[in-house]
Amino acid sequence: MDLVIARPEGLYCPPGDFYIDPWRPVERSVITHAHGDHARWGNQHYLASAPSEGILRSRLGQDINLQTLGYGEVIDHHGVKISLHPAGHVLGSAQVRLEYQGEVWVASGDYKVEPDGTCDAFEPIRCHTFITESTFGLPIYTWQPQTEIFEQINTWWRQNAAEDRASVLYCYAFGKAQRILHGIDASIGPILTHGAVEPLNRVYREGGVYIPETHYAGDFKKSDPLLRKALIIAPPSAGGSTWIRRFGEHSDAFASGWMMLRGTRRRRGVDRGFVLSDHADWPGLLWAIEQTGAERVMVTHGSVSVLVRYLREQGLDAQGFTTEYGEEEAETENSS
Amino acid sequence: MKAFADLYARLDATTSSNAKLQAMQDYFSQAAPADAAWAVYFLAGGRPRRTVPTRQLRELTIAASGLPEWLFEESYQAVGDLAETMSLLIPTAEHVSDEGLALWMEERLLPLRGLAPEELAERLPQLWSQLDRPSLMVSLKLITGEFRVGVSKLLVTRALANMADLDAKRVAQRLVGYTDLSHRPTAERYLSLIAPESDDEHAQRGGQPYPFFLAHALQLPVEQFEAQLGAVENWQVEWKWDGIRSQLVKRDGRLWIWSRGEDLVTDRFPELHTLGASLPDGTVIDGEIVVWKDETSPDLLMNSEEITHQQAEHTPDEPIPFGVKPFALLQQRIGRKTLSKKLLEDIPVVILAYDLLEWQGHDWRNRPQHERRAQLEAVTAQCNSPLLRPSPLLTGESWQDLAQQREASRSLGVEGMMLKARDSLYGVGRTKDMGVWWKWKVDPFSVDAVLIYAQRGHGRRASLYTDYTFAVWDGPPGTERTLVPFAKAYSGLTDEEMRKVDAIVRKTTVEKFGPVRSVEPTLVFELGFEGIALSTRHKSGVAVRFPRMLRWRHDKPVEEADTLEILQGLLA
Repeated sequence: MDLVIARPEGLYCPPGDFYIDPWRPVERSVITHAHGDHARWGNQHYLASAPSEGILRSRLGQDINLQTLGYGEVIDHHGVKISLHPAGHVLGSAQVRLEYQGEVWVASGDYKVEPDGTCDAFEPIRCHTFITESTFGLPIYTWQPQTEIFEQINTWWRQNAAEDRASVLYCYAFGKAQRILHGIDASIGPILTHGAVEPLNRVYREGGVYIPETHYAGDFKKSDPLLRKALIIAPPSAGGSTWIRRFGEHSDAFASGWMMLRGTRRRRGVDRGFVLSDHADWPGLLWAIEQTGAERVMVTHGSVSVLVRYLREQGLDAQGFTTEYGEEEAETENSS
Repeated sequence: MKAFADLYARLDATTSSNAKLQAMQDYFSQAAPADAAWAVYFLAGGRPRRTVPTRQLRELTIAASGLPEWLFEESYQAVGDLAETMSLLIPTAEHVSDEGLALWMEERLLPLRGLAPEELAERLPQLWSQLDRPSLMVSLKLITGEFRVGVSKLLVTRALANMADLDAKRVAQRLVGYTDLSHRPTAERYLSLIAPESDDEHAQRGGQPYPFFLAHALQLPVEQFEAQLGAVENWQVEWKWDGIRSQLVKRDGRLWIWSRGEDLVTDRFPELHTLGASLPDGTVIDGEIVVWKDETSPDLLMNSEEITHQQAEHTPDEPIPFGVKPFALLQQRIGRKTLSKKLLEDIPVVILAYDLLEWQGHDWRNRPQHERRAQLEAVTAQCNSPLLRPSPLLTGESWQDLAQQREASRSLGVEGMMLKARDSLYGVGRTKDMGVWWKWKVDPFSVDAVLIYAQRGHGRRASLYTDYTFAVWDGPPGTERTLVPFAKAYSGLTDEEMRKVDAIVRKTTVEKFGPVRSVEPTLVFELGFEGIALSTRHKSGVAVRFPRMLRWRHDKPVEEADTLEILQGLLA
């Protein structure tokens, strides 16, 4: 029997009577991670990974009815064994493993296969049916190792600092920002963060993740020459704001997997595009799917039709699941 | 190749002219002259002909990547650029060739032209294995003839001038014709671009033309002309012809014809070769090549007085059309490799002379417009060929008077008027410091059309549905009617509008045919275009020139879009 089906409210587990990352309010929900398109308001009961608790509560309210599980810990609900396993996407992100009458399904949520040091690394889980995302489901997307990207960012920042020009790096405030902060060479100059980024830094630090010292823009006078040496981490929505204008003439950059393509980079209108994604690239998707040993694959948000067709040609039983995930991504990065 | 790929990346990464100048100067000061020669060629817009057929590039990429063909196509549609798609799909090299651009062009890429498919299948993967991703993309763009990077020729000129401490105008002069296909860039040619100025420079130019002087668009209500431009007597006024702006260069007993793109087009216009015999050496004429067929007196091209005289006897409402034919006709000739006798008879060309740039071997560009014009008339009279006539002058008592004459532009087959300051010198490019030329064009045609098909775009529009096909109704409202496609357009929208239309296209898709989506007709745009002609290639029976979106008609329901009848009414 199908352990997960698509319903108007979200992905639903019939024997367990709960939803995974529902996009409409439901009674019981299992949440893969705290990005807004996966963790939404209004559910009566939330089940999520222990490391995601801080961010979930700060985003959805301190008083949500939240039960947490450590990675690998199993609970039984209506005969369905539920456990959460690292997805390597952001702090607390989890794949949901469901076992019922000997049948095993895994819902990936969003995942990335390269370990990044800011969250537990992706763990492939053997299953009969794997529900995978497909955000970057085209072979044109292949990531360089993150160390190389951090080196590119360092070089850009160093060059700007040498020429007394602030470096503004736009990226998603939750996950990407902390991964960058964790990975770059903080000795190059002061690091400033936007108000949307700093609270998440705090949660990461509390979770034991190394985040270098960061400052608020208000800590500096506008005339302070140190500002011209600084790296400023801000969400894309801060572009063109008065907050950004205080840094005067600066170099700007955008960190996202979409920066792989020259066209998207140019549309973004920034000086530099750094190809850094918290999602699996094409080889990563195929590797993860293979590792699960699943014969049946359900594909959600992204290049659904492409990945489904490709997997079918590889002899797998693949089909698309229509979901409402990826909207946040579409807004901050780029649809397609 | 690596150094040139780095330059490309630096130029591509910034929108600042200063940063681009700096990047080019850095490259030129490091590069070997032979490499710099090719770099100038590409940066200044030079494009060698495609050396490997696209189909084969696709096939080899599919083989190298091990992907099914459909997945290559999906990828290409998302990227919107063949060279970039290939560079993303071909496995990249571990170690990178550091050999220069010249060696790569001359010994590796250009020799690929004309090779048998089996030979290419063997050679190309070997070349690819020596390139990292950025170098691979750049070299693929070089062999597909799609290399473009955001620098103007003027900027390249400035970079060279700065580096060699020369006057930019001097470099511009030397650079004319540099990108022409007929001779390869060499270290020697590059070094002569940046050589110190010498006295015999003028004598050494061979068939080189001068940089073209270009006009600025004039967009003022006519009431403000007097205040902005001064008295009408101070201006030389001509029709704005729609053809190929060209220079005739006669030196050392030879004739060269150059197009405004600085391509040598002498061979494209064999009927003009007789002018070589009737023009003295040391003559350079700026003019417009147009198709000219006078049905009433087919053998005769009237001289300017006759034309002016004839026109004067007619009211602006009912002018006698000139023999000039639409640009679309000229276009049919340009594309042809061989020019049959029939084609030359059907589509004959003449040159309407605008200006005299060199006379008796002397550069006349620093003489005032009226003096050059007087001499031009003397030269063409002496030449006495029906193929070369001065572009007729127009006179008006006032700007208002000229504005009234200009109303006849469309029925005469011209695009409007040219206003040239009588004391203006002949400048370089679109400059204003030596006097000014204005193009005073008539407003474009426009119709309200419905978006019916969409395709993803290229370059900065990549992966967004931004290339559209537009249709008009084939009958009046209230009748049973369908939408007939008549034009494709992709320019004119802001980035914001592009994103919105893209989202609507995705939501209202009816069917997909390969990369093309048909959509529910919900969007109406005001489409502007410069010309319209009958066409057998389009379902609608008409073809329009330079179509673009003027604005998004949010206010207009689809039912109120224009009809085919309205389009047909625009046919002259």
